[in-house]
Amino acid sequence: MAGDDLKPNEQVHPGKPVIVDRYTVGARINHWITAASLVLLALSGLAMFHPSLFFLSGLFGGGQFTRFIHPWIGVVLFFSFLGLFLRFWKANLWRREDGTWLGRFRDVLANHEDNVPEVGKYNAGQKLVFWSMSVLIVILISSGLVAWDQYFSQYTTIDQKRVAILVHSIAAVAIIGVWIVHFYSAIWVRGTIPAMTRGRVTGGWAWRHHRKWLRELVTKSSKETGSSGSKPAE
Amino acid sequence: MFPPIPNPSTTQTAARLSEKDLIRRSASTVPAPEKQPTEVAKLIDVSKCIGCKACQTACIEWNDTHPEVGVFAGAFENPPDLTPDMFTLMRYSEWDNPETNELEWLIRKDGCMHCADPGCLKACPAPGAIVQYSNGIVDFVHENCIGCGYCIKGCPFNIPRISKVDHTAYKCTLCSDRVAVGQGPACAKACPTQAIVFGTKEEMKQHADGRIKDLKSRGFVNAGLYDPPGVGGTHVMYVLHHADKPEIYSGLPKDPKISPLVEAWKGVTKYAGLTVLGVAAGVGLLHHLIMGPNRVTEADEEHAEQLTEGDSHGRR
Repeated sequence: MAGDDLKPNEQVHPGKPVIVDRYTVGARINHWITAASLVLLALSGLAMFHPSLFFLSGLFGGGQFTRFIHPWIGVVLFFSFLGLFLRFWKANLWRREDGTWLGRFRDVLANHEDNVPEVGKYNAGQKLVFWSMSVLIVILISSGLVAWDQYFSQYTTIDQKRVAILVHSIAAVAIIGVWIVHFYSAIWVRGTIPAMTRGRVTGGWAWRHHRKWLRELVTKSSKETGSSGSKPAE
Repeated sequence: MFPPIPNPSTTQTAARLSEKDLIRRSASTVPAPEKQPTEVAKLIDVSKCIGCKACQTACIEWNDTHPEVGVFAGAFENPPDLTPDMFTLMRYSEWDNPETNELEWLIRKDGCMHCADPGCLKACPAPGAIVQYSNGIVDFVHENCIGCGYCIKGCPFNIPRISKVDHTAYKCTLCSDRVAVGQGPACAKACPTQAIVFGTKEEMKQHADGRIKDLKSRGFVNAGLYDPPGVGGTHVMYVLHHADKPEIYSGLPKDPKISPLVEAWKGVTKYAGLTVLGVAAGVGLLHHLIMGPNRVTEADEEHAEQLTEGDSHGRR
């Protein structure tokens, strides 16, 4: 069970400070395409959601182009997120310590992480973000296709379209909310952003927030170089 | 007989409808109009209609649309449905009257009803793409339309159609350009039997009363006016010989109103949604102000160094 969610690229580089590889170039590009799509979708979607935000359509060259491009960005997001899903789903499976971690969420918010159990590559909060994103994106793409009149208007009744657009807007509000949690956590927990930009974090960051993951990585690397007698003496 | 609207004079007339006469404007607000509104209405007397389609032809001519030449679909309707180029459509239905055992040929001129509470306008996200004049006319302003099709979802009568050419929505304008200079709609002008008449809404109601009395005297006990209150009344009304069963006239809705799904989408979802997002962002900001960032400490880095060095040097 331990080390199930480790990827071959995740390596520990001893030094001062210790550097831990967290995301490959591919995963990072995949993440940022998804991120850009999500932000563009939120901006263009909000323009059509509330009159006071219609001015956002100006960012896309007017209402007609906003209406045209929004669903296409949605298609990009769907396939891009599918890539992220296939990369990360295994590491996001729910584990026993996640319930305990969530139970002590108060301590997490109060920056008292020593009181919560050691977690692997992702903590329960990150896993909840991952799974809500996954579910909401499926809801959004399916309801979005129903509302995509330019190509799909003839396949559904008007009443089905009404349901779809209501579901689409509620799910969109929810996913923007999840995004706020995701975005804020990345800022609040300092040292997180380099994981998705340069692909690596410091050993201290891994020790503080994902100690189980760090231990597993260290065990793995000691096994790989184990023949040179680097095993603990007793 | 209702006196027909006189032919226009040859002198130029200033338009009587302008931006100042709007009482509603999609996704925006308008100041109250200066002039006192006189509501207009078109009355379609189904019992007088002979199904000649002169109204359809006049509509195409006046609005200069170019519907494609269709194919015979086995029914009198031509084209089979409303299109972005066909704002009005004669719909024909054959109804077996169970009381008289007679076949009745019911012909209804379909098109925008110009609701007092327009669902299309409520659903529209583009400022000024749908407007409602103080005289009751609901009009689409094409340069503001973004082609999203929300009006289709808002409409309780399934009227707007999106053009595949310019990607904007089209429907009957009640000939707002003709009404603006004191004329009636083109369809009313062309109707040979005065099944379509046009005037103020009050006049039309009075005229309908006379027609309904006449129909009742001739055995149509359920004759009545179709001016559905669920959408605040309409500015296109029908005299129906079977007003108790509007759905037999090619699916005219019995009690049309804006779908509760649309009301929820354009009401509580819109306001609650933005509130939720604002609160979420605010909570994040507040948390950061109070708790501050979660920083990695020197001790954390040392722990990590011990863990990895212990590993690579065989100590610990």
